[in-house]
Amino acid sequence: MHMISKDVQVDIHARNEHVAEHVHEYLTARGIFTVNVMGAPGAGKTTTLEKLIKLLPGTSYVVEGDIESDIDTERLRQQKISASQINTFGACHLDAPLLHNAVHTMEFAAPGILFVENVGNLVCPAEFSIGEDIKLLQVCVTDGSDKPYKYPLAFEKADVILLSKIDLLPYVDFNEEFFLKGLRHLNPEAPFFKVNGKTGAGYDQVAAWLSKRASAVTGAGQEK
Amino acid sequence: MHEGPVTEEIIRIACEAAAEQKGRVTAINLVVGEDSGFIGESIQMYFDVLSEGTACTGARLHLEGVKPKLRCTRCGQLFYRRPFSFTCPACGGDGRPTEIGKEFYVKNVELEVPDTCI
Repeated sequence: MHMISKDVQVDIHARNEHVAEHVHEYLTARGIFTVNVMGAPGAGKTTTLEKLIKLLPGTSYVVEGDIESDIDTERLRQQKISASQINTFGACHLDAPLLHNAVHTMEFAAPGILFVENVGNLVCPAEFSIGEDIKLLQVCVTDGSDKPYKYPLAFEKADVILLSKIDLLPYVDFNEEFFLKGLRHLNPEAPFFKVNGKTGAGYDQVAAWLSKRASAVTGAGQEK
Repeated sequence: MHEGPVTEEIIRIACEAAAEQKGRVTAINLVVGEDSGFIGESIQMYFDVLSEGTACTGARLHLEGVKPKLRCTRCGQLFYRRPFSFTCPACGGDGRPTEIGKEFYVKNVELEVPDTCI
């Protein structure tokens, strides 16, 4: 026996990335534009899906990612929104193989937008591609204005950022200037929208932006 | 649960390298950026449990950390970020994130291989 050193240089995410590319190809071929919805628990991600799907002109699909339970899926189904559930049973994020298995059980009868609501967590979902076209990050004013500084990767990787629960601004010490300064240092390009889940204010602009962004994949049907 | 699946992947990559040489793994050298989101101590803990019974049993895990750097948009300098600040220490310009500090890969493995493989 003797010892050797072998160069490997393999990215530990490489296999996940490979599956993510396959998922993306599979969905794109069906005219499905995929949005990875990220945010802390309680940021209002499911409420955002409810509001946006009502405003979007085409077909929408949802995959809900939670550690346990199908509360959000049932909530969406009661509103006649097509939704599937992934339970991770302990894992703190969705990865590409999990979404791969989910999309292969779904029927995509028409082109449209697939929202994948990731596990509520500002950390891990940003680290794993799932085959999405864009990452939507939602932060609410009660999360605190220091979040870009504490969880930079989620802000850096986001393609669109929503600040929700803005009706609570008078009651919380949310420093919007400090928040936006951190956000823009990490991500100068991503569109930023302020929304109110109670009244629905702000969601029409998000839906218009999303429709336009998705139209290259979904076809003209998503254009407003 | 965070480091568990990635540790399984590290073991799979190292075992694959060992199988090609019909050997066993004695050490794995990992590069882990501080902004990769993964903690070396936690990977080590999972590794000790998950490597049992594989070609990585008893292997040493070496972690090479990488501190994240920002690049100044004004003068182009790379610099380490300070808490709650993105300001370039050289010129006071704004720093933007780079890929430095996000590394997460298996650099190389040390293997014990049969002499017939020479």
